[in-house]
Amino acid sequence: MIEFHNVSKRYPGSCDALSQVSFKLAGGEMAFLTGHSGAGKSTLLKLIAVLIRPTNGQVLINNENIGHISRRRIPYVRRNVGIIFQDHKLLFDRTVFDNVALPLVISGLPHREIGRRVRASLDKVGLLNKEKSLPITLSGGQQQRVGIARAVVNKPPILLADEPTGNLDPELSREIMELFEQFQQVGVSVLIASHDLDLISQMGHKVLTLDEGRMTAGGMHNAPQDKLR
Amino acid sequence: MISPSVYIARHMQVMLATLGEMIRSPMSNLMTIAVMGIALALPTGLHVILKNVQQVTAQWDGAAQISLFLKPSVTDKQADQLANILRKRQDIKSVTHITRSEALKEFRENSGFGEALEALEDNPFPAVIVVFPTEQSDNLLTVQTMLASFKQRPEVELAQLDMQWLKRLYAIMDFGRRGIWVLAAMLSLSVLLVVGNTIRLAIQNRRDEIEIIKLIGGTDAFIRRPFLYTGFWYGLSGGILSWLLVTLSIWLLSGPVSQLATLYDSNYSLSSLDFSGSLILLGLSIFLGLAGSWIAVSRHLDAIEPD
Ligand SMILES: Nc1ncnc2c1ncn2[C@@H]1O[C@H](COP(=O)(O)OP(=O)(O)OP(=O)(O)O)[C@@H](O)[C@H]1O
Ligand SMILES: [Mg+2]
Repeated sequence: MIEFHNVSKRYPGSCDALSQVSFKLAGGEMAFLTGHSGAGKSTLLKLIAVLIRPTNGQVLINNENIGHISRRRIPYVRRNVGIIFQDHKLLFDRTVFDNVALPLVISGLPHREIGRRVRASLDKVGLLNKEKSLPITLSGGQQQRVGIARAVVNKPPILLADEPTGNLDPELSREIMELFEQFQQVGVSVLIASHDLDLISQMGHKVLTLDEGRMTAGGMHNAPQDKLR
Repeated sequence: MISPSVYIARHMQVMLATLGEMIRSPMSNLMTIAVMGIALALPTGLHVILKNVQQVTAQWDGAAQISLFLKPSVTDKQADQLANILRKRQDIKSVTHITRSEALKEFRENSGFGEALEALEDNPFPAVIVVFPTEQSDNLLTVQTMLASFKQRPEVELAQLDMQWLKRLYAIMDFGRRGIWVLAAMLSLSVLLVVGNTIRLAIQNRRDEIEIIKLIGGTDAFIRRPFLYTGFWYGLSGGILSWLLVTLSIWLLSGPVSQLATLYDSNYSLSSLDFSGSLILLGLSIFLGLAGSWIAVSRHLDAIEPD
């Protein structure tokens, strides 16, 4: 589903944020992405969402190299990638329902279908009773779950989360992680960047570790290019 | 793929949603619409007034005539021949020949100097041929070349187009027409800028929203759409406002004008913007609204990228 082959990313005017990163995440696989602050976790996730382009190497989603796709194609790639942000990125002047409906409105679903799917998604994260609330009236954990409902409402095959439990208490963090597991069980590839090593070890999934932009654990050590040498 | 009916439904939805938003925050929008309405009403109103002036002068226009005063040596017969030659010309509608004796008779009857004239041995009046150009050739340029050609004729002592004032009026109207075009162009540009700026502010206000929509896979077209419809609504309402302003002003002027007309024994009345003129005004206004928002959108949307 997701493949990185010797991917490097250099931001203008700084050294490599990622260097020679190779790994694979199969369909329906869940993995944690960990590493010290500044290790390049967010950079890696952004490459998958085409928020940035790789300096070198190939980023493949479903065997399509998304490193060089045209600007026009980017939205369609992003529709296959549900992203959950630490700061939620919700629209505060819209109701919970409208926030969650946004990806469906964008892809042009008929009205009735939107209502049905939004409620199913809100039900999944346990916020069905809050559909008419404004996000500002919700707690941090609830807002995070609204973000998750929005990310999964159009059933993307890939789910990315950047520190989704950053400032939640351990119990809530666990609940959210279990929610991700449920998506994984229905075939979604899930990649979660997190600092929370305790929680990661408890969950027992694949762990990708970054250190100064290099993948020190969980990656592919014999990337295709290496084999050829 | 999206079906056409869904596509149209989405457009309608955005169209109505943007209208709803404009109605919900009327004050800031009214400012923009008022500026547009006034800016468009000014050249439109002047255009309407100019058209009215043209209509009035068109009546005088038809009266353009050239008087040829013939030399005393020219006989009545020769004069008749000349009149017949002129009658055959394509650009002349009719020709009247007033012989010397007719001129004398007319003068005697219409003036009080009948007896005084008896004292004169000779008839002092020249023969006159009055030429009326056809409607097609009844414009200054043609009439003037006609005049020049008449002056060259040996029989003609003096050819006179007694309409110098009309020439001046034409020149003024031409100047007015150009002035209106320049004014219209400049005010249209300012309308474009006003709409563009309003849309630019709207884009800035919704920066977060645009960023999020881009993050979750909204296409440029999707993001552009509400702003373009907002521009459309500005254009439509600005156009309607300017139409109302023009119509109201003409209505206010029509009272005094018809009073004035009665004094001149005329039943002339001011005509306002006609149907096609109104359509052009609305169309232009909508075009300016759309173009202004298009410029703002294409200049500012790309700058907003999620990171
Ligand atoms: N827009 C940018 N411009 C320049 N350098 C950047 C940019 N974004 C990140 N970097 C650099 O790239 C490196 C990796 O950053 P990244 O945000 O991926 O780290 P991270 O692992 O997500 O860290 P954290 O856990 O603190 O979120 C850092 O050294 C950072 O300074
Ligand atoms: Mg980060």
